[in-house]
Formats: sequence, C-alpha cells, structure tokens
Amino acid sequence: MSLLTVWMSSLTDQSRVYVPADSAARSVGADGVARSVEELGLPLKRPGSRGLYWLEPLLEVDSEQGRIGFGPLRPEEVHGVVDETGRPNLEHPRCLGPIERFEPLSCQQRLTFARTGIIEPTCIDQYLATAGFTGLRRALELGPQDIVDEIKLSGLRGRGGAAFPTGIKWQTVLDAPGDRKFVVCNADEGDSGTFADRMLMEGDPYCLIEGMIIAGLATCAEQGYIYLRAEYPQAYRTMQAAVSTARAHGFLGGDICGSGRRFDLELRKAAGAYICGEETAMLESLEGKRGVVRFRPPLPALKGLFGEPTVVNNVISLATVPVIMERGGEFYREFGSGDSRGTLTLQLAGNVQRGGLFEVPFGLTLREAIEGLGGGTASSRPLRAVQAGGPLGAFIPESGLDTPLDYESLKSIGAMLGHGGLVVFDDTADMGALARFAMEFCAIESCGKCTPCRIGAVRGTEVIDRIRAGEDPDANRQLLRDLCDTMVEGSLCALGGMAPYPVLSVLDHFPEDL
Amino acid sequence: MKIWSPGSGRRIAAFTGWSMGETDQLISQICGEHRHREGALLPVLHGIQDALGFLPPETAGRVAEELNLSRAEVHGVISFYHLFRQHPPGQRTLYICRSEACQAMGNGPLIDHVREKLGIDFHQTTGDRRFSLEPIYCLGNCACAPAVMLDDELHGRVTSDRLDELLD
Ligand SMILES: Cc1cc2nc3c(=O)[nH]c(=O)nc-3n(C[C@H](O)[C@H](O)[C@H](O)COP(=O)(O)O)c2cc1C
Ligand code: SF4
Repeated sequence: MSLLTVWMSSLTDQSRVYVPADSAARSVGADGVARSVEELGLPLKRPGSRGLYWLEPLLEVDSEQGRIGFGPLRPEEVHGVVDETGRPNLEHPRCLGPIERFEPLSCQQRLTFARTGIIEPTCIDQYLATAGFTGLRRALELGPQDIVDEIKLSGLRGRGGAAFPTGIKWQTVLDAPGDRKFVVCNADEGDSGTFADRMLMEGDPYCLIEGMIIAGLATCAEQGYIYLRAEYPQAYRTMQAAVSTARAHGFLGGDICGSGRRFDLELRKAAGAYICGEETAMLESLEGKRGVVRFRPPLPALKGLFGEPTVVNNVISLATVPVIMERGGEFYREFGSGDSRGTLTLQLAGNVQRGGLFEVPFGLTLREAIEGLGGGTASSRPLRAVQAGGPLGAFIPESGLDTPLDYESLKSIGAMLGHGGLVVFDDTADMGALARFAMEFCAIESCGKCTPCRIGAVRGTEVIDRIRAGEDPDANRQLLRDLCDTMVEGSLCALGGMAPYPVLSVLDHFPEDL
Repeated sequence: MKIWSPGSGRRIAAFTGWSMGETDQLISQICGEHRHREGALLPVLHGIQDALGFLPPETAGRVAEELNLSRAEVHGVISFYHLFRQHPPGQRTLYICRSEACQAMGNGPLIDHVREKLGIDFHQTTGDRRFSLEPIYCLGNCACAPAVMLDDELHGRVTSDRLDELLD
C-alpha cells in the first residue's frame, strides 16, 4: 500500500468534497461547481487536476470506498450528486464510481504525477504526509556522486524534447570545475498539445522544488531558477507560494533540513517567445538579453548561465527525480521499453474524445493511445493525422498509428515524441493550412540568428501560399522541398532545423492537400 | 501594484494622465527593486508593464541608465519578446490561442467571429478602447480546446456564444 493510500484512508473522519483548482479545470467551470459545494455547506478542498480533462469539472467526495468521482458537472447538478451530510449519490448518471478504480486512471502508472489531483498543491503538510521530501532526505545522506549514479541507474532521459540522459548531464556538471553552478528548470512549455508542466506546477509544486534541490545537491549547485512561461499566470502564482513556504520550512535556503547544505530558488517569468524554450536561448533570456540561440560548444553543462556550469532540465524530468530517489533507480527503470525507461507523461489533445494527461510506461502504440485511452476523435469523424512532439513534429497519417510511443520508434518514422503531446485531427483538417502554419510559426518565432530559418520560413510561407493558389504547383512544390532541405541542413537549432518536418510530412503523406 | 501581464489591461485607466516625471520615477523605483538580481532586465520590464499596462517610450532610455546598459540593448530586448507591448492596450485583452490543438477543434471560426464582433484584427484595440485582441501560441489548455484568455482568466471549450457572454 502506498503512503498515498494510507494518507487518504486516514481522512474518513469527515467527508470532504474535492473540486480541482487547476487552471484548465477552472477554464471549464470548476469555480462555479466549487461555489455550489460551499452553498451546501460542505467542507471543500481544491487540489490540482487528475488530468482527466474531458471529465472536468470533476467533483470527488470522500466515502468508505475512497473518493467517488462525478463529472463533468454543472454547478446546478451539485446538489444532486452529494447531499447536505456529504453522502455521494452513487445512482447519479454522472457518477464514475471510486475514482481510483476508474479505468482511465487505474490503467495508469502514476509516478511523477502520484499526488497531482489528490493533495492541495501548496499545503506542505499534505506533501509531507504523502512521502514528500523523502527523496530529498535520502539524497542528503548521500554524496553527489551517489545521487548522480542513482539517476543514471534509473535510465531517466530528459522529458523536454531532446531525451538526453539526465544522469550523464548531471555528471558533466558535477565534474565541471567552478565555484558557482546553477540548476535551471525549463518551464517554458511552448509546444501545442502539451500541458504536463503546467499541470504539475499547479498541482504538485513541491515535487518540482524537491527535484531541483536534489539536482543542486547532486551537482554542487546552490542556486536554481525556474523559467516559467508568462502564459501560465496560475502556475506562476502557485510556484511562488510554494517556493516561499518551502523556504519558510527550511527546505530552501542556507541550511536545508538542518544539513548545512545550501540551495535556493528564484522564479523568472518569460515573455512569450517560443525560442526561449531552447535551452541556450533560455539562458540568454535569464541573463536579461534577447532570446538568441547560442553556438555550442560550449555545452551549457560547462558554460551555461552567467558562463557557469549549469544543469538545464525540463519540469517533468526534475519532478521525476524525487520518486527515483525515494524508491530507487532500479524501481524506476523497471517501467518502459527499450531505451525509454520509466513513464511517459502522455498528453492527448486537439480533436480527441478523452483529452488529458495519462502517465503510462513507454511503449504503447499511437493507436492504443488515441483510440484506447483517447476514445478516438471528439467529432467521431475519421482520424486524419496526429502531430506528436509539438509544432516541429511531423504529421503522422493513420497508417503510422501502430508505431510504439518511445523515442526511438517515433524517430524511425521521421516523427518525434518531444514533450509527449499528441494533437489529433479529424478528416476535416486542412493539411495544407497546417503546413503553412508550421512555416508561419517558424517565421514568427525565429530568433533571427541564421538566414535559412529567418528568411527561409518567410519564403516557405509564401511558396505554400502560391501552391495553394494553384500557381505553378509542381515547380513550387519542388522549390518548397529544396527550401526545406536548406533549412534542415543550414539551421543552428531545431526551430529552423525541424519546422520543415511537418511541412514535408504533408507533402509526403497528404499530397492531395498541398 | 502586483498585477499580471499578459492581462494588465484593467489597470490602465488608473494610470492614464501620469506625467512624464511620474513615469520616470516609477521606472526608477522598479529598477531599484530588482537591481540586486542578476540579469534583472526581464523582471524590470515585467514590473513596469505590470504597473502601467505597457512599456512607454521613455522605458528604454530610463532603464538603460538605471541598469547601466545601452539603450539599444534594452530596446532590443523589448522588441524581441511578443508579450512586451509598446502601446497602451484596451481595458481588457483577449488572447486567442492559435496553436494546432485549438485549430484541430475549430478555432478558425472563433477567430473570425471575434474579429467581426470587435471589428478589429490581431494586435489592434477597439475604438472605445475596451478590448485589445492578441494571438497567443499555446495556453496549455490543449485538452479543453479551443482556448482563450481574457486578461489572466483562462477559458476552455470556447464557442462563439460563450465568447459573446465573456465580452458583453
Ligand atoms: C525550439 C525549441 C524549443 C524548446 N522548447 C522547450 C520547452 O518549452 N520546454 C523544455 O523543457 N524544453 C524545450 N526544448 C528543449 C531544451 O532545449 C532542452 O533540451 C531541455 O530543456 C533540456 O531538459 P531535459 O533534458 O530535462 O529535457 C526546446 C528546444 C528547442 C530547439
Ligand atoms: S534555427 Fe532559427 S531559431 Fe534556431 S538559431 Fe537559427 S535563426 Fe535562431
């Protein structure tokens, strides 16, 4: 029995009602549902979201069988699902039964997202009661090299997109000479179809903080920064509250848990430039400059923020560190397939019936994800394409759906897993328009450092417009392919280097549209 | 003074009528609050925008002086980032997500509807200064698409009718 279950079962003294305070849940009416609960005079808790977004607003009520879920709910339905004594109405048509046994949730393997949707995000006591900071306490007993070894053993690879082994990155920083080192959390989550970082920061902020402290201990870094996208105001507020509470409780600052070790954190708000998700552009931005990509070498691990050795990791990579330290690298690597160890935080979005976050071991196929977990398209029309890995990812046609979701398999079909988001399109999608969007996006977001990206993307948009207008389509299609090649070959970073992939995938798989 | 940008629009009215001197003073004060931070420029610019709703023309010169940077550097940063605005926005700003997940759920008709209803295009403000319209690339609400943000309030599964309610 996990600590989580123990903690939850200790709460049966008084029946409570839970309505998520996650911004996406609120965006579809969770606050109204919460008000109705208060009007009934019932004790209300506001955790993060379980990630079952198609059921939001989701309401849960304590019972002898654990929490009973109801959703999606309208405020006026609340009095029908729970009475004034807090007893759930199991006969209600929106009743999902005990939520932990509800299949879309019970089929998952929640490691990184074990607490999200359960505890109240900024309540440090609830975090502590659910094994929070256990990984940190263990790390405090180990030396830096032992921590790095544990992370290496886990097989954790970066969840931000490039899938670089986290342990090896940390080793480089640990070995780098320097009195001042930094841990930077990449919370710029720019890819459409992804929201795992946001969900975690709004739902379990201490988990990210704990991961960052451990990263600091492992690499002898004493200062961390979280670079958080400005489009996420609520995540910012939640993280800000959690950072100051963690500091007040001695988990951050000059003497972590009385160990004499030092680590502190600062939140920095981004300003809406997609390229600042690229790690070197992000470092420039943190230094107060334009977010222009740096040449490498040097690697950020050796010369990163303010020229010092720097760990840069994605939110999910860092938030997975506590569970690895708590339960061991061996435990974590048991999950997954091939070289993709552990769990994938799969995010289903766009035209899909059951959109949300599913934490599952790597290795299920796209079809299992979209049809099985996702229930197919929201419109019930035939699926036309899936875009994996954000705006730089190829559009995968129906024929590619049997590809397993792991880093290498997707790469083998010219696609990428990226940050784990899948955007589903039905047969009404205009693939030519989507190809144009990919180029336009690159033109808007280019940092301007290299010509193929800065100019190429503008030209690419124009060429697609000409093809779509029927002007000399064959010659222009060839021109477009040449342009794509130039961008792929001649760009410094993956924005210019990969924006052509969605375009080429449309030319290859959906020629009738472009 | 703590408000969010994007979404600073509501406070603008309170600040129109500030004299040059007052703005300068405010900018100096904000620079002072952040000067101790390494790489303070973004926090400073956010601070000014949170207070004024936009970055007035004197920002570059004033901040450059305070932080010991060149005016060109500060201007370069202001113009690089999409969310720094150099013109006063309307009372409220509507951000519409243009990303793929929202496209997959038909944000096109929604965008057309808003343009027509407000009579403006992206990056513009209505004549009565009530609304500004901005595109945004991903609000992280991709499982509840299409998404919009009104100031700092996120909305999901948005239909034209719902949008009318929000704007009226
Ligand atoms: C154009 C571009 C955008 C990126 N955006 C993000 C992002 O939003 N979040 C992120 O974590 N990584 C992003 N990355 C990847 C980062 O450069 C970097 O690999 C990552 O933050 C490293 O952390 P990880 O090893 O934990 O994944 C982006 C890369 C590129 C080229
Ligand atoms: S490819 Fe584009 S975004 Fe990347 S460094 Fe070159 S110009 Fe900048």
